[in-house]
Amino acid sequence: MRASYRRAAQGVVCVFMLGAAAALGQGSAVDEIAKYRAALQDGNPAELWEARGEGLWKQKRGPKNASLESCDLGLGAGVVKGAYAQLPKYFADADRVMDLETRIVWCMVTLQGYTEADAKKGPFGGPDRKADMEAYVAYVTSESRGIKMNVSLRHPKEEEAFRLGEKMFYFRGGTHDFACATCHGEDAKRIRLQDLPNLTQTEGAQKAYTTWPAYRVSQGELRTFQWRLNDCFRQQRFPELVYTSDASIALTTFLARNANGAAFDAPAIKR
Amino acid sequence: MQSRLLPLVLAAVIAAPAILIACATAPNDAEVNAKATSMLKASFKEQGQAKLDRLDQDDTQKVCSEYAGRAPPKDVAERIEKANLATIKWPADGKLLGDWTNGETIAQEGRGMQYSDDPKGPVGANCYACHQLAPQELSYGTIGPSLYQFGKLRGYTDEIRKYTYGKIYNADAYSACTNMPRFGHKGILTEQQVRDVVALLMDPASPVNK
Repeated sequence: MRASYRRAAQGVVCVFMLGAAAALGQGSAVDEIAKYRAALQDGNPAELWEARGEGLWKQKRGPKNASLESCDLGLGAGVVKGAYAQLPKYFADADRVMDLETRIVWCMVTLQGYTEADAKKGPFGGPDRKADMEAYVAYVTSESRGIKMNVSLRHPKEEEAFRLGEKMFYFRGGTHDFACATCHGEDAKRIRLQDLPNLTQTEGAQKAYTTWPAYRVSQGELRTFQWRLNDCFRQQRFPELVYTSDASIALTTFLARNANGAAFDAPAIKR
Repeated sequence: MQSRLLPLVLAAVIAAPAILIACATAPNDAEVNAKATSMLKASFKEQGQAKLDRLDQDDTQKVCSEYAGRAPPKDVAERIEKANLATIKWPADGKLLGDWTNGETIAQEGRGMQYSDDPKGPVGANCYACHQLAPQELSYGTIGPSLYQFGKLRGYTDEIRKYTYGKIYNADAYSACTNMPRFGHKGILTEQQVRDVVALLMDPASPVNK
C-alpha cells in the first residue's frame, strides 16, 4: 500500500512536468500525458475506499442498528458479487428503476432506518470530510471487476428509463446550448488536451462506463457515477443535477446499457 | 407431424394476447416525450447563478435536440438559420474589429456561467477548448475546426469580418444545430468582447495570422 502511494505521488509530480514537455511541441505533450496515465495505473488509492466501504457495509449502523449485508442489489438479498454489472435495473419493491447509489439509499432507509434525506446527505466527499457513500460504492463496484456488463431492458420501466436517458443525452439547453452529445457524440475529439469518449458508440461507451467510479488524483477522492454526471452538467452550465434524480438514473441506464458486453474494470484511477 | 404442431400453434395463439399486453406497457414516443419534460425540472435544482430557466429550451435548442446529433433536413436547417440570423445585433458604429490581445485573453478564459463560477467574475469564450488558434498555444481542443491563419487564408475583407462577427454572435445563423455556443445572442459575451475575438481571428497582427 505504501508503495502504491509513492507511485501515485510520483504521478502527481509528472503533472507539473507537463508544462516543460509542452514546450517541446504538442506531440510530446500528448506522449507525456500518456506516460503519466500509464504511471497512475501502478497503484490505485481506490483500494482504501474499497476496504473502508466493505467495513462500513458490514457494520451495524443507523437507528435500526443494522448492517447493509442483507441489501438486495438486484441479485438477491446479500449478493454483492456481480451486482453492479447489471445495474441500473427495475426493483419491484420500490416499483422504480434504480442505479447503485439510489439502491444503497433505499437499503439505508429500509434496513437501517435512516430518513431518505439523511441517507442522501453529503454523498460527495471533500478535503475535510470523507463520504460514506463513496466508500460503499467503491466496495460494491469492486465486486464486479472483471464481470461483463449486462444491463437488461426487459421491464417496460427499464426500456422507458433507457429512452428517457437517450433524450437527456441529446437535450440542448442552458446559456451555451450544450448537450452531453456536444462533447461525447463524435470519435476522437478533445477538449484542450483531454480526450473525449464517444458515448454513442459501443467502444467509447464501454471504455468510459466500465472505468467509473474512479479515484481522481486531482481531487484526492473516489468519485461515483452520480458525481460524474453532476459535474458534467455543471460544466454544461445547467442547474445542479439532483442526487439520485430520475434524469440521473435514466442517463445512467442509457450509458450502462450501451456498455453491455464489456468487462467492468473499476474503481479505476484518473487524472 | 401436423398433429404434433397443432398444440404449438394453439399455444402461440393463446399466448399472443399476453404478448400484446406486454408490448402495450412499453412506452410510445409521445409518452416518453411527455415524461421527459416532467422528469427534467424535478431532476435539477437551481444553484448559484444557474436557475431552472436554463432548462427552458428556445426553438433552436428544442428542434436541434430532436434530431439527436444528426443534421436536420435542409428546410428545417434553413428555417433555424434564418431565425438566428435575425437575432444578430450589429454594432451601431459599424466597428467589427476590437483588440486582439483582449481577444486572446477571452479565448483562453474558461470561466463563466457555471454555477460554481463567481457571477461577478470573468466570462470567457474558452475558444481553445475546441479550436486551434494561435500556434503558441499547444493545449487546444478539436471539437471545432482549426482556426489557425483564419484571416490570412480567407482574406481580410469586409465580408469575412462581418461573417466572423456574426458567427461568434450567433453560430446557428450560419450552421444550424452547430456545437458552437451563440455567444452574443445568449449574452455570454458583450459586444466589445465579440469584437475583440473577431480581432484575434481577423487582425493581420494577431498571432493567429502569423
